[in-house]
Amino acid sequence: MAGQATFRIWRGDPAGGKFQDYVTPVDEGMVVLDAVHRIQAQQAFDLAVRWNCKAGKCGSCSAEINGMPKLMCMTRLNNLNLDMPVILEPMHTFPVIRDLVTDVSWNFRAKKTIKEFRPRSPDLPDGTWHMQQADVERVQEFRKCIECFLCQDVCHVLREHHKHDEFIGPRLLVHVAALEMHPLDVEDRVSDLRQKHNIGYCNITTCCRKVCPESITITENAIIPLKERVVDQFFDPLKQLFHII
Amino acid sequence: MPEFERFSYDVLVIGAGGAGLRAAIEAAASGVRVGVVCKSLLGKAHTVMAEGGIAAALANVDDRDSWRVHFADTMRGGQYLNNCRMAELHAKEAPECVRELEAWGALFDRTKDGRILQRNFGGHKYPRLAHVGDRTGLEMIRTLQDHGIHTGMEVHMECTVLGLLVDSGRVAGACGYDREKGLFRLWQANAVVLATGGIGRAFKITSNSWEYTGDGLALAYRVGAELQDMEFVQFHPTGMVWPISVRGILVTEGVRGEGGVLRNSEGRRFMFDDIPDLYKEQTADSEEEGWRYTQGDRNARRPPELLTRDHVARCINREVKAGRGTPHGGVFLDIAWIKTHLPKSEEHIKRKLPSMYHQFKQLADLDITKEPMEVGPTTHYMMGGIRVDGDSQMSSVPGLFAAGEVAAGLHGANRLGGNSLSDLVVFGRRAGRFAAEFAKSNKAATVDEQQLQATASAALAPFDRGLSGENPYQIQYDLQDAMQDLVGIVRTESEMLRALESIRQFRARADHVGITGNRQYNNGWHTAMDLDSLLVVSEAVTRAALLRKESRGAQFREDFPSKDAEWGRHNIVVKRSTDGGMQVEKRPLAPIPEELKAVIEEMK
Ligand SMILES: Cc1cc2nc3c(=O)[nH]c(=O)nc-3n(C[C@H](O)[C@H](O)[C@H](O)COP(=O)(O)OP(=O)(O)OC[C@H]3O[C@@H](n4cnc5c(N)ncnc54)[C@H](O)[C@@H]3O)c2cc1C
Ligand code: SF4
Ligand code: SF4
Ligand code: FES
Repeated sequence: MAGQATFRIWRGDPAGGKFQDYVTPVDEGMVVLDAVHRIQAQQAFDLAVRWNCKAGKCGSCSAEINGMPKLMCMTRLNNLNLDMPVILEPMHTFPVIRDLVTDVSWNFRAKKTIKEFRPRSPDLPDGTWHMQQADVERVQEFRKCIECFLCQDVCHVLREHHKHDEFIGPRLLVHVAALEMHPLDVEDRVSDLRQKHNIGYCNITTCCRKVCPESITITENAIIPLKERVVDQFFDPLKQLFHII
Repeated sequence: MPEFERFSYDVLVIGAGGAGLRAAIEAAASGVRVGVVCKSLLGKAHTVMAEGGIAAALANVDDRDSWRVHFADTMRGGQYLNNCRMAELHAKEAPECVRELEAWGALFDRTKDGRILQRNFGGHKYPRLAHVGDRTGLEMIRTLQDHGIHTGMEVHMECTVLGLLVDSGRVAGACGYDREKGLFRLWQANAVVLATGGIGRAFKITSNSWEYTGDGLALAYRVGAELQDMEFVQFHPTGMVWPISVRGILVTEGVRGEGGVLRNSEGRRFMFDDIPDLYKEQTADSEEEGWRYTQGDRNARRPPELLTRDHVARCINREVKAGRGTPHGGVFLDIAWIKTHLPKSEEHIKRKLPSMYHQFKQLADLDITKEPMEVGPTTHYMMGGIRVDGDSQMSSVPGLFAAGEVAAGLHGANRLGGNSLSDLVVFGRRAGRFAAEFAKSNKAATVDEQQLQATASAALAPFDRGLSGENPYQIQYDLQDAMQDLVGIVRTESEMLRALESIRQFRARADHVGITGNRQYNNGWHTAMDLDSLLVVSEAVTRAALLRKESRGAQFREDFPSKDAEWGRHNIVVKRSTDGGMQVEKRPLAPIPEELKAVIEEMK
């Protein structure tokens, strides 16, 4: 593949910015993040990019590559059309700090509004519990989340309607699902889901599921079962009666 | 004069990996005000990358396991240079700390009877590593993070600490800047816990992220704390070697734990050819016995692929040098072969090693359930670090504590896999507890305003030099090349003397580093700020490696290829001398108490 490629990178800050083209040599096996680093070391020393592990494990390097929300460290150049400039932009749903880096701190604040894990009392005198592999597996899927926030980036409730103050978004719905379906957890987050976290805003477009680099089945396995719990608790006439009593 | 935004805490924790978060949780639980500072976002620290598991003698899978066996394994792995008190506390407290993680929501893989499952790992006599597939670190950091945010600690994400403040010899806090805006901050504190991790970025081929520039070691060194065991840098035997751009990324030892084998280009399992005496008794005689071990046969001994990391790394190095390597300069690691023993091996591999499957599929176009991987050694872990008291984790500077990879002692000359994650929670917890106690029993120290201003001016100087200064990225690359070539897996005096000379030159260049742009999220500036730490640790590693004229654990000297009994009784301590130079000295090990000696003898 050796040759060169053009990267059209958005450069700017909260006040505004523009795309700038960088031509750089590329080698076999390179990922987008490698190209960005090469440009940074040789041409644009102050180019802002966030990354850590470079192995798809930490979820730091999220960006939009040719309009697709992706991890830069896991996107190989040989899967992109290099005859055209590769367009790199920061995630749109979060405020820009600089260049490819956005302010994702909202996600951390929103997480704090979710009730924390509360286990049932231990099964055994030494303070431990029995759990079967089959029961933990369901939740382990959600716990694979690397908090890249790419799902938050594509969710129209946040991206287009800017409901950050009302809606926690797919990542945090996955988090609630992990807590609610945890075999040991006894906390109740169902009324919060409806009233505080506004799960009702989600209309199951499945956009979030499609971009998840960890292939978490966000909609089918996490959001829909949570919606069912909300329906069961709030709209089931028998249960409603029960609640009133 | 540059402005500092000011914060004040009882305990300041620098670093938000497993050690830092565990320390912060413990300190917060005792009711003191806790601040946490980290270079990246919360939950992204290095700990997130850990794969294979956390070592603790829970004895869920093999009831013969106990703290005594774990202790003896750790000491043997460290070639008896370990701080034996730390090895003892670690082995005793790790099980409790793992259970604590479960109580905070961690979901480890389970045994058939519903308890925490444990897997085999190099140097551990029994299956000992609690794990979640091959993403144990993610499970651990997320558990600590999600628990921690509800304990009242204040987190300063994406802030770099540039200097520690001292007041008549005692720690008074830290100062640095936030990476997003580039503005300075002062964190005043009665006690400081350093939990900044390792130094892998001093080398070219590494499994470590950009954060691993040895900041904590350099911060402590500059205020007079002692460092120890700096010559012991662990080269993990299995990193990816191809494609070039992913060179160094870790291939977990879990692959070998699940039955993966190493072969050279002639197809030979070369690890059977060289089994050290210390491990002869515990190693399988045949391929068949080794396979049975990985499948949980209690009467089988481990295959030689699961010998300690230093040894496996050197064997791979030797095969490659002898011309029996793979096309890209590694050896083959084959897990696909287990299909000859297991039905549905493809699903089995994908379930046991999901991240490895994806990593190779996505980054190297290779299906590990069908083809062997190409692997070679990669710089992985720093055994050395800040010298601390075994019980309290306090350094030689009052009020300054250290825990996790940044601290020395537990691992001696070589760390066993899985013993780091347990180190983080055992000693993170202790550091948090003792730092809180220290904070409560000491009044706030005074901040030296002059020191603050000097730190800020030095930090801003590269902007004045602009493009006429040295390129920070280039200095970093050149240093990494030099360390890789001259102070790597195989060391010799003449090369290390050359390394010292190079480091001197890099330092001169770093003094003239220049950057462009402004202070907001300027990666060039960040890289420039990390250079001093990298230079301090590189020099310390080289000087300690020069002084230790023997081969032991992770240190292999071509000019002194055997062990030396005299050196087996000494650590090397590095500190800043009063004239500012680096002082390196031989320090006798503390004697091992009789009862611990007896445990070691019994397990021999
Ligand atoms: C790929 C990989 C796999 C591994 N697998 C295993 C395993 O299976 N089992 C095991 O036991 N060990 C494993 N290890 C080793 C283990 O993960 C690390 O040793 C451990 O996570 C280190 O944790 P820590 O808390 O000491 O530091 P880290 O988790 O690295 O955290 C360091 C923190 O310090 C902060 N920091 C650093 N410098 C500064 C500064 N100047 N200012 C402010 N903050 C700063 C960073 O931002 C970060 O938050 C693995 C390591 C790697 C790289
Ligand atoms: S499925 Fe729901 S949460 Fe996911 S993107 Fe669509 S609206 Fe958002
Ligand atoms: S659910 Fe998937 S896409 Fe969303 S933050 Fe987690 S890993 Fe990223
Ligand atoms: S850098 Fe960690 S996911 Fe890309």
